[in-house]
Amino acid sequence: MNLVLTAEQQELRAAVRSFLGTASPLAKVRRDMDSEQGYDPEVYRRLTGELGLAGLVVPEDRGGAGAGHAELAVVLEETGAALLPGPFLATTFAAILLTELGDKELLPGVTAGTTIATVALDADRVLNGAEADVILVIDGGEVRAVRGGDRTPLTTLDPTRRQARAALDGGEVVGASEAAVARARDLFAVALAAEQLGVLRATLDAIVAYSKIRVTFGRPIGSYQGVKHKLADMHCRLEQAESIVRFAAWAADESAGELPAAAALAQAYVGRACFETARDSLLLHGGIGFTWEHDAHLYYKRAKCDEVLLGPTRVHRTRLADLLEL
Amino acid sequence: MEQVEYRRRARTWLEENAGARAEADPGTDGLAAARAFMAALHDAGYSGITWPKQWGGQGLTQAEERAFAAEARDFTLPTYVFSIGLGMCGPTLVDLGTDAQRARYIRPLLRGEEIWCQLFSEPGAGSDVAALQTRAVPADGGWIVNGQKVWTSVAQHADFGLLLTRTDVDVPKHQGLTMFIVDMRAPGVTIRPLTDMTGHARFNEIFFDDVQIPAESLVGEVNGGWKCAVTTLLHERLSISAEVGMSGQKDNPATFAALRKAVDTSDPLVRDQLVELHIRSRALALFNQRLAQETKAGIFPGARGSAAKLLLAELTNFSADLAVSLVGPEAVAYDDDSGGGGLAGAIALAPAMSLGGGTNEIMRNIIGDRVLGLPPEPRLDKTVPFKDLKVGTQS
Ligand SMILES: Cc1cc2nc3c(=O)[nH]c(=O)nc-3n(C[C@H](O)[C@H](O)[C@H](O)COP(=O)(O)OP(=O)(O)OC[C@H]3O[C@@H](n4cnc5c(N)ncnc54)[C@H](O)[C@@H]3O)c2cc1C
Repeated sequence: MNLVLTAEQQELRAAVRSFLGTASPLAKVRRDMDSEQGYDPEVYRRLTGELGLAGLVVPEDRGGAGAGHAELAVVLEETGAALLPGPFLATTFAAILLTELGDKELLPGVTAGTTIATVALDADRVLNGAEADVILVIDGGEVRAVRGGDRTPLTTLDPTRRQARAALDGGEVVGASEAAVARARDLFAVALAAEQLGVLRATLDAIVAYSKIRVTFGRPIGSYQGVKHKLADMHCRLEQAESIVRFAAWAADESAGELPAAAALAQAYVGRACFETARDSLLLHGGIGFTWEHDAHLYYKRAKCDEVLLGPTRVHRTRLADLLEL
Repeated sequence: MEQVEYRRRARTWLEENAGARAEADPGTDGLAAARAFMAALHDAGYSGITWPKQWGGQGLTQAEERAFAAEARDFTLPTYVFSIGLGMCGPTLVDLGTDAQRARYIRPLLRGEEIWCQLFSEPGAGSDVAALQTRAVPADGGWIVNGQKVWTSVAQHADFGLLLTRTDVDVPKHQGLTMFIVDMRAPGVTIRPLTDMTGHARFNEIFFDDVQIPAESLVGEVNGGWKCAVTTLLHERLSISAEVGMSGQKDNPATFAALRKAVDTSDPLVRDQLVELHIRSRALALFNQRLAQETKAGIFPGARGSAAKLLLAELTNFSADLAVSLVGPEAVAYDDDSGGGGLAGAIALAPAMSLGGGTNEIMRNIIGDRVLGLPPEPRLDKTVPFKDLKVGTQS
């Protein structure tokens, strides 16, 4: 089991972080989320085409980079920390599902960034459903690719990543395998947990930095135990969340048998830890944290939307109980 | 891969050699058996795993140490009386002792021939250990010690103690401390076992009346004791979180593995609470494994060990509490057939983990100050000469 990033993974992290730092800093995230499309297609194009990140886990013979879920986790941690708007996570889900199904038709376009794809996770809302060229619809073990059709953008809690209502009938079958779909769902859970880890870390970093400079009663708020002890607890959550994400990503790559329980664990723990940390970070900012201009609420909202994206925590806890044969 | 092989071999050895009951306060027979076990452990290469070969250790890394501890969790080892020496006193001497001290003390410690205790806390100085008042004054080329220590684990069996004393009261408190090795059988040392809330005498109070300590028993420098103490405490937190020298979890009735057999898991509320216990246990186990892997990769965990210690303390209290409430009224009856007294024993022992080795609040202070780099609290005690400082319990 490998829980520590390799030198190459650290380089990947640095590269993605530096790219996002210039191409999509938070000030730009705010502009993009208010734009008509809700994201910057140019950033998406560079992320997918230039950096090749949409096809990270796609095998090389289907146009991907043939990397592992451990690498994908590193990337999603960064896109999460940056609150990257747009369909990157949606496309990643689609790439995962198509890869597991052994698809050869859609993957090249998805990987190249020319086809925006998403997965309908439930009947009423589709992540980036309005922007997607292709919506993958799961019916039991069968997966259909739906193009066109009615798409109604929804106004959701998280302004940095949109969802839509979409007509999900019709379309052509791209593959059918219950095992592949089940594994893809576990991989979604791991991928999302990695994004959540990034959100968690970013919110903790933000409040740690602020608590060093915000002064009340003549001293920095970070020197008060009421604040310091909360931050210490948040740090403990981060340590455990990171350990779980590394483990789940390792299981995705190296230990298929351990993946289901690892994936359920990741959503059960990291989803909650991420929201609680984002909430505490916002609260410890004081009034400014409740202000639209401040970024704390964006993280808080992303964290909440992420927490329920693949079903609420109780779903993952129940799954874990089943897997543990309780 | 070599790790897998290491663990497999460790497990085989444990299967053949473990089994003796872990006792909080073993009698003469128990102690003899425990010593024999330690000698065998050392012969097999599992005592002092990270310690230098030169002094009797194995020269391996924290990764092997934690790997062994992870295997040992499934067994009951009679190592409790050695845990202070293995986790704290020994590592301090390895780091800061003289070569003569290392040559004299380390091997017998690793073989269970000599038992050690840690003499830091006093009635007026626990969290604030640098406020201690036990005095050491120079005399005849050595030192004379007077004062009192308290909560000293395993001192009733100890041959030696790592003693923190005050040697200068005219400077701020951290600057006037000195560490010594003290012979627990020296004239003037009185050891009084102190019964703790479990009903066992796990710790003691110790009185020093004109105890003579030779010059060669000084550890580190005169008035440099705080630096030594910090080293000891860092080892303490890491060793507690890595469960070094602890007796294992096999007999712990409050684990997920034990509880799933003891309770009705068809009740959805019970199921969910067990899942919570599983989640927390896995989260911490994975964090500990990650720390071990980082150490192997050359990243020293340092103060992050305090996070692992805090999480372990919280998990210990959570699981014992949960276990009693899941099992219900029958849980309050002590189970005399099991080593730890069953769930009644577990819930009675749980607070120890949040107090010994530093309280949860102190762990949070350390994480805040050292890991997150938060500004310290304003303090009087760093500049005022010790003799002018308020310490202990004041009315
Ligand atoms: C089972 C057990 C074994 C032990 N073994 C040993 C041993 O072998 N050797 C040894 O030297 N000691 C030992 N101890 C002592 C232990 O280290 C101390 O009890 C502990 O550090 C707390 O100190 P105290 O008892 O003086 O409590 P205090 O320091 O008086 O603390 C009282 C309360 O105040 C809080 N508090 C204190 N300072 C702060 C602060 N700055 N910020 C926030 N809260 C604060 C504490 O968290 C606690 O809740 C042992 C204790 C136990 C319970």
